[in-house]
Amino acid sequence: MNAAARTWREALISRVERRLPALTRLRQPEPLPIELHRRRIYILPTRSGLGFGVLLAVMLVGALNYQNNSALLLTCLLGATVINSMLSAFRALHGLQLTCIRAGHACVGDPLPLRLEFATPARARAALCLDMDHISHAFSLDARGSETTFPMPTEHRGWNRVPRMRISSTLPFGLFRAWSWITPEHDVLVYPRQLAGPPPPPDEDDGRQRAHGDEDYAQLREYHFGDPLKRVAWKASARHDRLLIRELDAAAHDAPQRFEWNMLHGLDRETRISRLAGWVHEAHAAGRAWTLVLPDARSLGPEADNAHYHRCMTALAVLP
Amino acid sequence: MNIAYAPAEQQALAAADERVATAPEMKGQLDRRAFDLLCLSVACVLAAHIAHLPPWLAAALSGLLLLRWLQRRTQRGAIPKLARIVLVVALPVAILTTYGTPFGRTPGSALAVGLLVLKLLESERARDARMAIGFCCFVLMSALLFTQSLLMTLLVALALLPALAALRALQPDAESRRYARAFAPGAWLLLAATPLTLLGFLFVPRLSTPLWGAPGADIAHTGVSDRMAPGDLRDLLMDGSVAMRVGFDGEPPPKAERYFRGVVLWYFDGRAWVPGTAGIRNGAPQPLQAHGPALGYDVTLEPTRRHWLFALDMPLDASGGVVLSADHTLRRDKPVNETITYHVDSVSHYVLAQDLDPRLRRAALELPEGFDSRAVALARSWRTKFGNNDAAIMRAALDLFRTGGFAYNLAAPPLGRDSIDDFLFDTKQGYCEHYASAFAFLMRAAGIPARVVAGYQGGFWSDYAHYLLVRQSDAHAWSEVWLQGHGWVRVDPTAVVRRVITAGDGAIGSGNGDQTGNWLDGLRDRLDIVNRLWDRGVLGFNALRQSELLAPFGIPHLDYGQLAIALAAGIVVILGIGMLMALRGPRIRPRDALEAAQLRLQEKLAKQGCLRAPHEGPRDFFARCMLALPHNRVELNALAEAYISLRYGHPAPPAEPVRNYSRAVRAFRVRSVVK
Repeated sequence: MNAAARTWREALISRVERRLPALTRLRQPEPLPIELHRRRIYILPTRSGLGFGVLLAVMLVGALNYQNNSALLLTCLLGATVINSMLSAFRALHGLQLTCIRAGHACVGDPLPLRLEFATPARARAALCLDMDHISHAFSLDARGSETTFPMPTEHRGWNRVPRMRISSTLPFGLFRAWSWITPEHDVLVYPRQLAGPPPPPDEDDGRQRAHGDEDYAQLREYHFGDPLKRVAWKASARHDRLLIRELDAAAHDAPQRFEWNMLHGLDRETRISRLAGWVHEAHAAGRAWTLVLPDARSLGPEADNAHYHRCMTALAVLP
Repeated sequence: MNIAYAPAEQQALAAADERVATAPEMKGQLDRRAFDLLCLSVACVLAAHIAHLPPWLAAALSGLLLLRWLQRRTQRGAIPKLARIVLVVALPVAILTTYGTPFGRTPGSALAVGLLVLKLLESERARDARMAIGFCCFVLMSALLFTQSLLMTLLVALALLPALAALRALQPDAESRRYARAFAPGAWLLLAATPLTLLGFLFVPRLSTPLWGAPGADIAHTGVSDRMAPGDLRDLLMDGSVAMRVGFDGEPPPKAERYFRGVVLWYFDGRAWVPGTAGIRNGAPQPLQAHGPALGYDVTLEPTRRHWLFALDMPLDASGGVVLSADHTLRRDKPVNETITYHVDSVSHYVLAQDLDPRLRRAALELPEGFDSRAVALARSWRTKFGNNDAAIMRAALDLFRTGGFAYNLAAPPLGRDSIDDFLFDTKQGYCEHYASAFAFLMRAAGIPARVVAGYQGGFWSDYAHYLLVRQSDAHAWSEVWLQGHGWVRVDPTAVVRRVITAGDGAIGSGNGDQTGNWLDGLRDRLDIVNRLWDRGVLGFNALRQSELLAPFGIPHLDYGQLAIALAAGIVVILGIGMLMALRGPRIRPRDALEAAQLRLQEKLAKQGCLRAPHEGPRDFFARCMLALPHNRVELNALAEAYISLRYGHPAPPAEPVRNYSRAVRAFRVRSVVK
């Protein structure tokens, strides 16, 4: 019943927006900063506001019928206060500026922390509400402007346009809702889903042996005074015209892992990406270095720091 | 994308989740603040109705409210369903057994208040709270059906504050605000609502006739009644409420002549006096010769639920749907259910009914058979003693009251079957109705036409506001006798009684105004000016006065359509002004004196086209200005140095240099290019 009502309502809204360009115009993405001015703030009574209106009407008829001027005065006072509260709701939004959006990082399915910075000229704004895709988020801003972090829902990896948001307020009595649609021209990057667990990254021993056997450059370092001679990699040193030292076994434990696109066979593309992302995540969490090799044979790393992690995740996220 | 703030993000997200969860709007659960305010609103409603609730119900509801409040302080959750069902069934049953009917003003309001308190028992969610608050407002208004006094209206309006604060507390940010500030938004909005309230009050079209039955059936009649038996007036004489207010066109009449006729009582059945039949009341007023000029005055009469009005002895003419009846009293076709104002002309010296109609003479001499034989015998003895001298018989009767050991006593002893005999010969204590009744009886028994008049006498004259305040305690009864050649003559036998016995309790004034009230009563009389303004300006503003609202502006009569147009136009104008105020550009409040001075300077420079960009620091800005205004280069450079050292050189800029800087900004003038 409720779901049916919701779909019916959404159909109605989309129909109205098709018919009324003034509403759809505001669906066009806008560059920041976005100021909520009077031409884009809408006000309608809430459900409880409508109920209160009916109540006021009953009170009015009663007072008039009983020719009770005190009651009429009270009804007028209450009615006028309710009408004033409409202006109050309008003032809660009027002049508010969305100045900056900063997105955090999240994988598909997790909420993405979206930091919205607002400028609030002259006065604090209380009890604001931000809606996006049926998620509501209440926040308040102080007089000097401030920010709020909104958990934005994410659906697919890669660049996502920040969806249309409704910023609204039912101040002060919840009888009227003032709202404004915001469609910022801003894209956020969503990392791919991370599939952890088996199958684990290709056998570590395998990789290490191969690294030893091939005397991979990654396993060699410059000779420092005091290094034992037996660990000098003579062949490689001869090739490079300087002394290179082969890394010890203890260091080999931290040897970079290789996560290659081509290691994963028999899986569809998205699962492959998710799996690679999962491996990257695990390696990063464990503090190990890794190398990521993408489908176009581009290889990232080996490194172990945050920047490398984000570089890898970004590369995976934007894969076609 | 290289910024790594993953842990901070997690925290921010967690915080956001928490905020979403605690927002009452989202979760729907009432927080403690909102519930406290809700309880306070309901308590206010209960207080507004407590005067007319049965004591047991008032006590039960207060207790229930308190218990519920305490219960929810310790743990959330509604009262068990079974208990609620029991209470919901018990309430109507109790009210039904108390009043016998659920309809009517008193049972209805008791039921409403009870239901409101019961609603609180199950109020756990924001939606319940909203419904309860709406209902609160409605039940608050119904308290005004009982009394419309200024004080009560003000109190009820104040009781809106907790209700509005409770609504405000349902907003998501309420928890963070201080308790005392919870009332501020509602208070401001109520104040700001004044213009719109007045507009609505003035222009909402009044109904000239009610849509459905007006209340009244269960309202106890107050004021002077048209049946006067011994003891009937007593409660009235103790009642300090206002009966009417009279404003005179000229000087007020002297104290001794402030008799307001209400109803003339013709028939005596041995116990009570009642008005004449329709045959006596109707018909043309008896001929009246006025001696002396007429005095015009306006009477603002509080609701009496009766048809008759009050006029100064003796009314000549009246206007505004008021009829002068045969015995020179005023009648209205509709009962006085609201405060009304009417204009009357009266004379104080007159001869009424030079010749008495035989039918009226018969009515004015009629006595019940078999009652009060001793009084009849006394009157007949006077007749034989004084012969045809009616005036002498009258004096004899008054002498009896003056010297016969009679006393004025509001707590008069009860009288038996022969009430006149008991009073005249045994108890000898009573107040106006005893004296008026006994005097008229004696006169009739002696063969002199006589009748009793009930109304008001006296009142408090306010020198400041120039009106006479008449209270219910000024209710009075006197007699009129018909004397050959003089017509009907007013005789007030109570006035001759010397001895006064006051009861220990606080009897308010007395019928003939002999007793002086204490200073509190005096103060009350003086403060009545406010009530008078309220009664005339607000309560007396009816359909008739509304239609004449714009008469000073050349529209003699407003019909419904014009009223609606005026109302709509006024709302548009007031809302337009409100909208403009809401739209007013946000003023940037400077943080300190230095910033204020800097903003002033920026304003001056902005007029020259040097607008500071949001991203621009002071050094860049001043440099740009110096390029744009080369003639002010030196001053601008000095200002820039001063500002930068003040703003960034100290944690808090020192006062004296800031003042200097501010002075320099004030002295700054843009020099135009000298050719």
